[in-house]
Amino acid sequence: MLNSLGREIPEYIEGIGKLEPFQGALMKLGKGWMDEPTIPAPNRAYLPHQSKLCKTLEEAIIRSNPQNGMTVSFHHHLRNGDFLLVQTLTILHNMGIREITLASSSLNECHDPILPYLIDGTVTRIFSSGIRNQLGRAIALGVLETPVVIHSHGGRVRSIHTGKIRIDLAIISASAADCEGNATGSHGKSAFGSIGYAVIDARYAKEVIVVTDNLVDYPCIPLSISQNFIDHVVVVDSIGDASKIATGTTRITKSPMDLRIAKLAADVIEQSGFFVPGFSFQVGAGGASLAVAKFIREKMRNKSIRGSFMLGGITSYCVDMLNDGLFETIFDVQSFDAVVSNSLLNNRRHIEIPAALYANPFNCGCITNKIDVVVLGALEIDVDFNVNVITGSEGYIRGASGGHSDTASGAKLTVVVCPSFRGRIPIIKKRVHTVVTPGETVHVLVTERGICVNPAFKELEENLRRAGLNLKDIHDLEVEVDKITGIPGPLEYTDKIVGIVEYRDGTIIDVIHQLKEK
Amino acid sequence: MLYIPGNNPAMIQQGGVYGADSILLDLEDAVALNQKDAARVLVRNMIKSVNFYDAEVCVRINHLSTPFGLADLEEIVPLQPSAIRYPKTESPEEVAELLKIIERIEDKHRLPHNKMTLHAMIETAMGVQNVFNIASMFSRVDAITIGGQDLTADMNIIYTPDGVGIDFARKRIVMAAKASHIDVIDTIFPDVNDEEGLRRETEYAKKIGFTGKAVINPRQIDIIHDVFTPTDEEIRKAYHIVKEFQTNTAAGIGVFAIDGKMVDAPVVARAEYILKLANVTVA
Repeated sequence: MLNSLGREIPEYIEGIGKLEPFQGALMKLGKGWMDEPTIPAPNRAYLPHQSKLCKTLEEAIIRSNPQNGMTVSFHHHLRNGDFLLVQTLTILHNMGIREITLASSSLNECHDPILPYLIDGTVTRIFSSGIRNQLGRAIALGVLETPVVIHSHGGRVRSIHTGKIRIDLAIISASAADCEGNATGSHGKSAFGSIGYAVIDARYAKEVIVVTDNLVDYPCIPLSISQNFIDHVVVVDSIGDASKIATGTTRITKSPMDLRIAKLAADVIEQSGFFVPGFSFQVGAGGASLAVAKFIREKMRNKSIRGSFMLGGITSYCVDMLNDGLFETIFDVQSFDAVVSNSLLNNRRHIEIPAALYANPFNCGCITNKIDVVVLGALEIDVDFNVNVITGSEGYIRGASGGHSDTASGAKLTVVVCPSFRGRIPIIKKRVHTVVTPGETVHVLVTERGICVNPAFKELEENLRRAGLNLKDIHDLEVEVDKITGIPGPLEYTDKIVGIVEYRDGTIIDVIHQLKEK
Repeated sequence: MLYIPGNNPAMIQQGGVYGADSILLDLEDAVALNQKDAARVLVRNMIKSVNFYDAEVCVRINHLSTPFGLADLEEIVPLQPSAIRYPKTESPEEVAELLKIIERIEDKHRLPHNKMTLHAMIETAMGVQNVFNIASMFSRVDAITIGGQDLTADMNIIYTPDGVGIDFARKRIVMAAKASHIDVIDTIFPDVNDEEGLRRETEYAKKIGFTGKAVINPRQIDIIHDVFTPTDEEIRKAYHIVKEFQTNTAAGIGVFAIDGKMVDAPVVARAEYILKLANVTVA
């Protein structure tokens, strides 16, 4: 069957179940409730003064009663410095546990060592918002029989609520925790800031292990995750590589190309009609996306505009803007720099939020619903403004859905920034390989070669045109770029589906087919 | 004016997207001796195929005293870029010889003699001494420019960020350009990470009369535009002056006052120049 973007979606996939095709960004939300019932969270009981402390991670896992077919969840706040995912799966592998469903909020390069466990059947299913490097390559080439499910950050919460992801064991990394499992990422030698993605895991998993390299006296403050959800506590030498968990501060790119794109994007935001006192703002953590913040900061100072809140993945640059008084508040679901952890700990206007409050579409108001302006990146974008942030030009899985579609669906102004081509590969396509974020939620594309406004947003186009910005039809830009780069030959796929891309409401926006190996 | 090394295809390809008023494809100092031929061919092909959008395209050739200068002209002149930039120009005789060769090539390709212009780079002490004749004697020379790095080397002095060593040269070159009614472009600012220093030097260049500045990194373009672009207040005042001038002229009044200050022909000329820079016409 075809979804509303014309993507062929199967009705049923073995190991996944029945699929519902995407029918529009707000189609399901418009009903005012979620069709699927919410499963109850497990209730556990502990005797007074019973110890939760385990000597090793292995002991805690054994106490959690691991079984074949179990689902194990992780959170990705430690980014590329995480030790625990690989350690946990190695322990389970050595115990002979098989057919594990891996439900990590994202997977990074540091998780490459689990590839043998995908090959030997230790891990047979994956739910994640992002997959990269060797894992992404192997999955695209068909290492797993059951397709991986790519969800958004908000969609993951929904999937846990509905029982699509039923977590048997959650591993929660904490840079500080106490003997009862009260835990935080905001201080300690491995501080990583917000622990927002793990809150839902703690609430819904049958067994929860907090792993820390910094056991503090009871109680651990702040209680980012509280003891009433924690079964076991393990103290280890190190939860991760601090140098890869968080760098000191985020530096703005010096790439002339990224800066050029960022400046144009800031001009778009300034002239859009949404750059007004009290506006709310979200930018990514790298490249052109973060550089937009530099130019917006200058424009806010020049025009004496004070914003309401910044949201999402938070960098030191966001903290600087908060401290400069340019924004009232930061809502932080993931922190990128060591400086951010310190701010989170000490500034009451820097607020740690769980993923549900950040982006779950099915509650009475996630914060992405209130965002005015978001700046997002893209691996590809097509002439219908559909965005791919998951598969690369060579067909491998190499990115993350993350909060892309969540924030785009909520923002009054979604600005996608990317170069018009990378190397010799055009980024603007007639049709993207994989849709993650539907074009109906993308307002503007900004490249170094021009600004393209989604024709569905006439008033915005008029505002920008009146301001004298250089607007181009996206079809013209696509042709212009093709003339420079040539048109790459098509990728070759088999009929096998290796990944399904869930939209945040649980419908299927696209599937990823197995890449033919060259 | 953005300098781009003539042997870097990726940078040439992207040259037009940064908003520079002109692109300078460099066959001279930016290109190693063993890359000269390849760069010349690359620049030729890129001029033919790359869209530089609204930017003017200039090519800095090698000096005719080198083994590469003549070959550069033979390859580039038929393409008729906006201008040829000639390095280390020292005398009007040199310019005359250069123009003779250019016109011979243009004749060979049945091209007009009045389309492509010449920018003379003044970057030696001798060039500074002869700059007025270089600037004023040839209709095809429509801009002169100072090359600070080579000039300091020729003067056996060290370049310093305050520019004191080349200050006389800067002012002499500006004066020659003004007397010849042509553009005058300041030298590059070499420290791409010193934004404050770039702004300070650009403001000084503007103050003493330069009409533009060369850059070696696209990140420097915005600051230069910011300095050279008239402010909203300047534009508003200039508009008011020109508008009042038109009204008074129609009434037969030559000199008048705005806010108690006398407005005469030089003030009007300055206001008209600001409006020209801002691309504003008085209705």
